Amino acid sequence: MAVAVEPVQAYATEFESFEKTLDPVEPEWLRRSRRAAIAHFREIGFPTLKHEEWKYTNVAPVLKVPFKPAILGRPDGVVRERLEPYTFGVLKATLLVFVNGRYAPRLSYLRPLPEGVRVMSLAEAVREDARALEPHLTRLSKYEKDPFAALNTAFLQDGAFVEVPKGVTVEEPIHLLFASTSKDVPLLSYARNLIVLGPRTAATIIETYAGWTPETYMTNAVTEILAGPESVLEHYKMQRESGGAYHFGAMAVAQDRSANASFHSISLGGALARNYVDTIFREEGGSLLLNGLFMTSGRQQADNYTRIDHSAPACTSVELYKGILNDKSRGVFNGNIIVRHGAQKTVARQTNKNLLLSTEAFVDSTPGLEILADDVKCNHASTIGQLDESAIFYLRTRGIDEEAARNILTYAFVADVLGHVKVAPIKIKLDQLVLSRLPKGASLGETL
Amino acid sequence: MLEIKNLHVKIGDKQILKGIDLSIKPGEVHAIMGPNGSGKTTLAQVLAGRVTFEVTQGQVLFEGKDLLALRPEDRAREGIFMAFQYPVEIPGVSNAYFLKAALNAIRKYRNQEEIDAMDFVSLVHERMTLLGLDETFMKRGLNEGFSGGEKKKNEIFQMAVLEPKFCVLDETDSGLDIDALRLVSEGINTMRGPARSMLVVTHYQRLLEYVVPDVVHVLVDGKIVKSGDADLARNLEKHGYGWILEEAPKPQPVR
Repeated sequence: MAVAVEPVQAYATEFESFEKTLDPVEPEWLRRSRRAAIAHFREIGFPTLKHEEWKYTNVAPVLKVPFKPAILGRPDGVVRERLEPYTFGVLKATLLVFVNGRYAPRLSYLRPLPEGVRVMSLAEAVREDARALEPHLTRLSKYEKDPFAALNTAFLQDGAFVEVPKGVTVEEPIHLLFASTSKDVPLLSYARNLIVLGPRTAATIIETYAGWTPETYMTNAVTEILAGPESVLEHYKMQRESGGAYHFGAMAVAQDRSANASFHSISLGGALARNYVDTIFREEGGSLLLNGLFMTSGRQQADNYTRIDHSAPACTSVELYKGILNDKSRGVFNGNIIVRHGAQKTVARQTNKNLLLSTEAFVDSTPGLEILADDVKCNHASTIGQLDESAIFYLRTRGIDEEAARNILTYAFVADVLGHVKVAPIKIKLDQLVLSRLPKGASLGETL
Repeated sequence: MLEIKNLHVKIGDKQILKGIDLSIKPGEVHAIMGPNGSGKTTLAQVLAGRVTFEVTQGQVLFEGKDLLALRPEDRAREGIFMAFQYPVEIPGVSNAYFLKAALNAIRKYRNQEEIDAMDFVSLVHERMTLLGLDETFMKRGLNEGFSGGEKKKNEIFQMAVLEPKFCVLDETDSGLDIDALRLVSEGINTMRGPARSMLVVTHYQRLLEYVVPDVVHVLVDGKIVKSGDADLARNLEKHGYGWILEEAPKPQPVR
């Protein structure tokens, strides 16, 4: 669509024609959500630097790119070999591949799953069992506040639906791989995921966003997650988009009683990447880990916005985000924790540390705590610094050359984030990725 | 082995070392003593290659090579080791990884193959026993949360693993209780040999009771004002630095 003149109007017009192409038997509740979302979007428009949640990220340049909606159902030349670098070696996992937002069954690999577990394309789920989606889909994401989530809701077509029924543990990880490719014109694709974990379940979900530099495209992804009572969720987001890509990814998470959820956000790719995580403890006893790493170089920008809503008592949240910024890149950490009235015995710890490898790199760190209960333990910390020259000297006096010393210390800086990764093949892959992104791609041999 | 000739060093505008001459032969242990601010640590750091110091005059030859022209890592690879007064804490890098990286960097420089994993383990174990270090030590972050004594032990442990030719010990006794001092001293003494030399920088004499030096130098205001045998150190302990300062030549008046 031509968005040069008035982007908001252009998307609204696009929606009108898009709506006519939708399946006439699509459930009414979904149609209502789409319309509500586009109406909200028209109201709020795209964010400017005046918006508190966007004050460090200017989206105006993105709106000037004449994105066209991806044409559905085309594999666009993506073959399995090209996806290989985005998988996890020996890891046994069910793999669902999406190309430009659309499920690609021939690239996917479904392994046997415990009885009752559903891992499927969302489009298929809408067609075949919309009633299973109705209580959750478009209900968890707060699209009325987020224009990108609103657009995603209005235009949603495909993505993954994962459902784990009561009492079931899914041993093998489920890997959702979203590959985007744009040849002649910059494409825009929407990915929409719904993950529903029933009571006393356990699952590991990986979302990978992949693309090939220098292709330019936009990914708009929204994942809604319901972690049922006493469920255990390990979630990994690997943002490895093309260096020319724009990534707007939002996660909306609701945790029920004593649900235990860990979210690892690894953001490496994209010209501009926005990683938005919005979680809420709806019932007591839950625990949450938000574990994040972003590495930028060149002129990349990574914006991490997180929000943890302690709405129920006796929940614990630990947040650790670390940024490594090189060249003229920019990073944002904007962390918000709200402890509501009555959310007593809340424990919330938030830490953001940033390492600048260049004098021209820049990071904005805004930790935030809003506490409305009185019996809580909360703290936050934020640092921005360079490598410690005395540590470099120390390593050099032991025979380690300067470049290796810098790389060792850079890796060491994020060792605690990587240490939270419990699945060995994922840890190995992450180590490799981090090491390969160090200046001059040094190999440090084995893990520190 | 090490030849220091007329070494002048300044930090910023401040002249710290004002003409040091020192000659250390293979197998010798020399001690540098002196009051605070005399330039002891500066001398140690210059030998290790700290760049914040500016050498304005003089030279240092190590086995005939111009030491000051070498990068810190190349000095280490040539066989220089400095035990730091304040070792740096590096969380996230295990002692094991660090030591192996250092050992292999040195071996590579000498055209030796990387050390075999099993050989490394047995080497490390042997040297750990020497310093009374326990099993968990290698897995811990480098000096992370170590007590003062543990850090100093780690320095000597590293020295024992890397087997340098020339060791600079900068105030290694500071912060050690008597048991740790004994262990550390034993570690140092085990390392003494006909092919290895040491320069022990210390404010107090107590380390020198265990590690008995061949030569003692007294550094005052950037110059060596007196040299002697181990008895000189004992005299300093008894009488302080005052008598030496009186004996020492008066500073030249500044014009």
